[in-house]
Amino acid sequence: MLEAVEKQRLEEMAKEIRKDIVTMIGVGKAGHLGGSCSLADIVSVLYFYKMNHDPSDPKKKERDRFLLSKGHAAIVQYAALMESGYFDKEESIHTLKKLGSHLQGHPDMRKLAGIEANTGSLGQGVSLAAGLAAGLKLDGLESKVYVAVGDGELAEGQIWEAFMAASNFELDNLRVIIDRNGLQATGKTADRFRIGDLEGKMKAFGFEVTVVDGHDVEAVAQALDQADTVKKKPVCIIADTVKGKGIPFAEGIASFHNGTLTQEQYDEALRVLAG
Amino acid sequence: MSSRNGGLKLGTHNQRVEYGKKLVELGGKNADIVVLEADLGKSTMSSLFEEAFPDRYFEMGIAEQNMTSFAGGLALAGKIPFTNTFAVFASGRAYDQIRQSIATAKLNVKVVGSSSGMSDFGDGATHQSIDDVAIMSAVPNMTVFTPCDGIETGLAVEAAAALDGPCYIRLCRNDLEDIYPVQAGYRIGEPVALREGVDVAVYTHGIMAHAALAAAQMAQEEGISAAVIHIPTIKPLREDLVRKLAEGKKGVVVCEEASIQGGLNMLVSYILRGTGIPVESMAVMDVFGQSGSSHQELLAYYELDAESVLKKIRKAVVLP
Repeated sequence: MLEAVEKQRLEEMAKEIRKDIVTMIGVGKAGHLGGSCSLADIVSVLYFYKMNHDPSDPKKKERDRFLLSKGHAAIVQYAALMESGYFDKEESIHTLKKLGSHLQGHPDMRKLAGIEANTGSLGQGVSLAAGLAAGLKLDGLESKVYVAVGDGELAEGQIWEAFMAASNFELDNLRVIIDRNGLQATGKTADRFRIGDLEGKMKAFGFEVTVVDGHDVEAVAQALDQADTVKKKPVCIIADTVKGKGIPFAEGIASFHNGTLTQEQYDEALRVLAG
Repeated sequence: MSSRNGGLKLGTHNQRVEYGKKLVELGGKNADIVVLEADLGKSTMSSLFEEAFPDRYFEMGIAEQNMTSFAGGLALAGKIPFTNTFAVFASGRAYDQIRQSIATAKLNVKVVGSSSGMSDFGDGATHQSIDDVAIMSAVPNMTVFTPCDGIETGLAVEAAAALDGPCYIRLCRNDLEDIYPVQAGYRIGEPVALREGVDVAVYTHGIMAHAALAAAQMAQEEGISAAVIHIPTIKPLREDLVRKLAEGKKGVVVCEEASIQGGLNMLVSYILRGTGIPVESMAVMDVFGQSGSSHQELLAYYELDAESVLKKIRKAVVLP
């Protein structure tokens, strides 16, 4: 159980992350608001509670790693990195996707310290994370590898190859976090392309599976702590989330997958988040 | 494959076997070398590494896409992964994984394309890589190795392992005579003269050096002096050296066991632009392969044998 003050700290940080997301996207420019906000609470718990990482030494060997298989949600990771102090927030927050910026449309490890892999071609992040987890094990490191996956992304075949491999190699240092926000670019996942019994599928693929409310920082923290007790198999945390969470007019609306904000919407979002 | 090198009969090695042996040798020196396989280990000869270092060998099942990105993950952990499958799957099935997971991030992954070109003669078009050179050369940050024999394969694998970045290594399935001049050394990007000549320069990569050497020998009997220039790496390639080796020649011939689209032919034609030196092309002319009873039979059918090179050499002398 988290102490009340700790819980409040993580919730406040999630709010900061959402503010950063909105600020980075700005007015009149396309940005992946929905799928970034659905991950904000999870990312808050990872960076500010769970993960062993050091902004002053981003390549520290013993660090835990976080990869975004759903690379289009890059801005949620940028927000966590800037709030952690990996780079200067004021200098960078208005440079998203600008020519020469280290804040690329999708994460680029060669441009920004703290990014662990280049992702964005969907379905590849779990393979990368699994290979990384296997490599860390070869070195006898205790580091954990966290990888966030979108539910729409689960239609990619490679991801199921990766799930099988993670299980085959008994990668108990790997945690797959599925951001089940129920929406993909063109509508509800349930209408567009049905994934079916996700929990059953992940169990069948050899994972230890937990389902949590992805906006309850306490539940997420507990699931992540619980994962550390699992041996000889990879862990899957299915996080039920709301796309656009925290921005009332965007919640559950597919068009905010990569939508634009009007000046009124931008102001409204920051006003709500300040409250 | 029959060929003569200045009348000297040489030994024979297999690129796959030499590759497997080199992997074991390097693996003994460097604990970071790891090997991934997609259920073709007995053919790619990655099985030799499995026997020597089972803890650093990953059998990934028949899943080339995951194998390739997984290798990227191992590279993220500081390992030097070698992925193994046939060239056609390495470059085709896993193209997006190479491009996205590996090359954009300059990850230190070595993609080994085995049974390349038409060397898997019996299996037909689906197993014959005619486009892998073009595909892999088109990827930024990629170094593309095209060794001509078993001896050079060892040198190429060593060079690839020492280079921090993504590499593609193109290997032939069948036994090849030793032709690489070891005394010439091995440097990424630098063409190697396998035979001197004054009238014509024949540029080749991979196995085509063998047919070119045989053709050059036959040409000499006709009074034509043909140089044979082997290209160890299609990318990078020292353009200045390619130009220099063509200087004073009546014409050049380019031959490769790969598609005319996006291969060495187009590259040399581009490099020699403005020199006025005529270029004769030999390649797989934008068609898929097919099953045959031997590699040599297919090479003759697609006009990539020594006799075909000789015809082009004759043409190059009388041009324009």
